Amino acid sequence: MNNMQNFTKGFFKENPVLVQLLGMCPTLGVTSTAMNGLGMGLATTFVLLMSNISISLVKNFIPDKVRMPAYIVIIASFVTVVDLVMSGYLPELHEKLGLFIPLIVVNCIVLGRAEAFASKNGVVSSIFDGLGMGLGFAMALTMLGSVRELIGSLSLFGFKLIDADGILLFILPPGAFLALGFLIAFINHLRKTA
Amino acid sequence: MEYFIIVFGAIFVNNIVLNQFLGICPFLGVSTKVSTGLGMTGAVTFVMAIATMVTYLIQQYVLVPLDITYLQTITFILIIAALVQMVEIILKKVSPALYQALGVYLPLITTNCAILGVAILVIKNEFNLIESVVFAVSTALGFGLALVIFAGIREQMELVDLPKGMRGVPTALVIAGLLSMAFMGFAGLV
Repeated sequence: MNNMQNFTKGFFKENPVLVQLLGMCPTLGVTSTAMNGLGMGLATTFVLLMSNISISLVKNFIPDKVRMPAYIVIIASFVTVVDLVMSGYLPELHEKLGLFIPLIVVNCIVLGRAEAFASKNGVVSSIFDGLGMGLGFAMALTMLGSVRELIGSLSLFGFKLIDADGILLFILPPGAFLALGFLIAFINHLRKTA
Repeated sequence: MEYFIIVFGAIFVNNIVLNQFLGICPFLGVSTKVSTGLGMTGAVTFVMAIATMVTYLIQQYVLVPLDITYLQTITFILIIAALVQMVEIILKKVSPALYQALGVYLPLITTNCAILGVAILVIKNEFNLIESVVFAVSTALGFGLALVIFAGIREQMELVDLPKGMRGVPTALVIAGLLSMAFMGFAGLV
């Protein structure tokens, strides 16, 4: 598989959220607006990219039996970096994403790519894999956030499109489940007919 | 009364799955049968109570005095990973049947964000030790309640003829949405 394929597979064919159904908690939890979704997606992309690079570099020095704890420590370090940088420079977004920033550490996508890809491949392909998967995740979150924001408050990225009230339910927790359910059903439909 | 508010709040008002969106993976993964749902609830309750207690003590007596609270995420996740490993070993010896049923999902408890989430939440809410443990147990019970209701509905959904694209996870998510809506009825009670 070449690097281009490593990069693009994360968007559609193996999209972590829409196809592999991983990382559901942040997907549902932070997507009340498109901006929150995008912010969370990019934060995760950074962690995924850095952990993929580090793990593919050190994979030969880690004994097989302790590889999981070792990966978790590497991932947790980068999550701490993101947490501190965000609270310093983007306090508003940090406040909104709240608990979900430290919880990137238990996002199955990050550990999943470490185990399934970075621990078996070289640095360059791991970079493309991490970027592709991360941006695929960010894309899915932004999509879901946009849908919810559009229906829920008739705005997009904070810009009010129509001056009226939306269907409030879509910004509240039930809306997250409903919107994601129908989004995945739509993607399933596309994949079956494609 | 305080404890009642914590318990009621954690189980019904701010249900960990349907309102806080934590622990969705096991919620969707092991909820096809009521019996596995109950087993998973047991495992989660046990791990969550112990993990919260241990992480709380570490936070109060190690991280805060040494002024290294920025290591919270790393420390907590390592403690939880070690605990889950221990529970797995003990369960394998004590109850092989339950181990068979939950074997696949026990390692996944490490990456169950509900465990780490609750450990961080009790620190954020500034609970004391007893309140923390009460909160952890009732959160796990809330998780179990949602999981068992959900599994019951999904067992029935097996028999329903659905459009191809809606089968499986999309339907599960829609059901979760409706459940979440039902739980919104508790909002504002506490």
